[in-house]
Amino acid sequence: MKKMDRQVILNELKKVLVPYTLNKEALNNINEQTDLIKDLKINSANLVDIIIDAENQYHIEIDMDSAERISNVGNCIDVIIEKMGSPN
Amino acid sequence: MGSRVVVTGLGVVAPNGVGIPAFLAALKNGSSGVKYMPKYQELNFNCQVCGMPEFELSDLESYLSEVALYGLRGSTIGYAVKAAADAWLDAGNTLNNEELLWETGCVFGNSVADTEAMKRIIEFVDAKQARKLGSRIVEQLMNSGATAYISGLLGLGNRVITNSAACATGSQAVLMGYEYIKHGTTTRMVVGSNEYVDPYIFGAFDSMRILARKFNHAPQQASRPMSATAGGFVPGSGAGALVLEDLEFALSRNANIYAEVLGGETNSGGQRGGGTMTSPNPEGVVSCIKNALKNAGVEGKDIDLISGHLPATAADKMEIENWAASLNRYGDDFPLTNSVKSMIGHCLSAAGSIEIVALILQIMHKFVHPNINLEDPNPEIAKIVSLERLPTKCISKDIKIAAKANFGFGDVNTCLVFSKYEKNG
Repeated sequence: MKKMDRQVILNELKKVLVPYTLNKEALNNINEQTDLIKDLKINSANLVDIIIDAENQYHIEIDMDSAERISNVGNCIDVIIEKMGSPN
Repeated sequence: MGSRVVVTGLGVVAPNGVGIPAFLAALKNGSSGVKYMPKYQELNFNCQVCGMPEFELSDLESYLSEVALYGLRGSTIGYAVKAAADAWLDAGNTLNNEELLWETGCVFGNSVADTEAMKRIIEFVDAKQARKLGSRIVEQLMNSGATAYISGLLGLGNRVITNSAACATGSQAVLMGYEYIKHGTTTRMVVGSNEYVDPYIFGAFDSMRILARKFNHAPQQASRPMSATAGGFVPGSGAGALVLEDLEFALSRNANIYAEVLGGETNSGGQRGGGTMTSPNPEGVVSCIKNALKNAGVEGKDIDLISGHLPATAADKMEIENWAASLNRYGDDFPLTNSVKSMIGHCLSAAGSIEIVALILQIMHKFVHPNINLEDPNPEIAKIVSLERLPTKCISKDIKIAAKANFGFGDVNTCLVFSKYEKNG
């Protein structure tokens, strides 16, 4: 599998996050340190939906242990790259 | 004793009109909202017509935030949010405040929770994909989904209750809201009911052989309450909502007052004395109507208009008999009586609230809507009451006091009495 550029994934994540945050300005300016709950004011219950959307987007499966590591944009990208690299 | 309770806001999602202006015009014109459903023919249903509102979830864009709307799949919660938010705005309030209203509550009911959500769950679980259902499905699976969305949207902090009493649900919700205000528990209540009859619910009713099956070619004629050719009801979907408030509270905020709730009753015939799971014990019905009048402080002779349950089944005749016996009024002396179901079908749990919205509109705008499709009145009904009391044309009428009843499976009854608002009433 071809390794994707982190910036490309970040830009795609930005689109995935659109329906989950009303804070569009913060979304436009996200970087790897942006916290999904604190900065984007995403309802913590909806993190599940973002993970499901990311799974569908990249045809990967994010297990519950990996999902629990996700709190900001950077570790979300880490998990996506890791899962894309793992055979499944 | 106790405070007076008034109606200050209305909202509706009805098969013949979404929003109050459209619904009011449809009631006056006798416009049917019953449609032919090609899919029901494919599904081999006996009845292939239903009352379905013109509504899309995207109609909620001005009410719900993008985040709340994304992931909302079902029509039934959508109907409820639209009707309740419209009623709230109609009462002179605003949406999307950060305020928490401790003095305001909600009673909203339905028969079946969101079947679109349930179907999705069944499909995902059977495909071993439960983990893909996401976080938004449970809130739509709950019977309290509608009240959860409404109370969240409006910031309601008092009683928030979901009731269910089959076809008596809507009128029971209104009665419960009235009682909470009357007893001083709350100052203001958003009340109503919602129902979405999808093909699965429809199919279950179709199997009981109680639906109209002879008018698939002429859908607008299919719902025929009190007629000789009434051969079963036409299922309908939608929602109705009202804002009820303590009179003093309404006056203090200069609200428009549409009508007054005088009182009501809800009871059960206990499935005794001829009552069963599916048909009412006449003694229970008569007792319900009589107690409603007593609680409202009015007598049978005071009633100007009856908004009946009258679904267009064999029970219509018994209902007219029960009204006549309860009020002790027969023939020419029987009150004017109509059935909204002639235009929209039977919206099950939503029936009561939609029909009460129709009744309040008739009080406000001084008219009695027609019974459509009553070209061939049931001769058994004509023996009890004068046919002139069952109008087939819209008539102008200053209604002072009106009664509304609904009867549901399980032998549950609800009756309410409303009046025009008079300052010194």
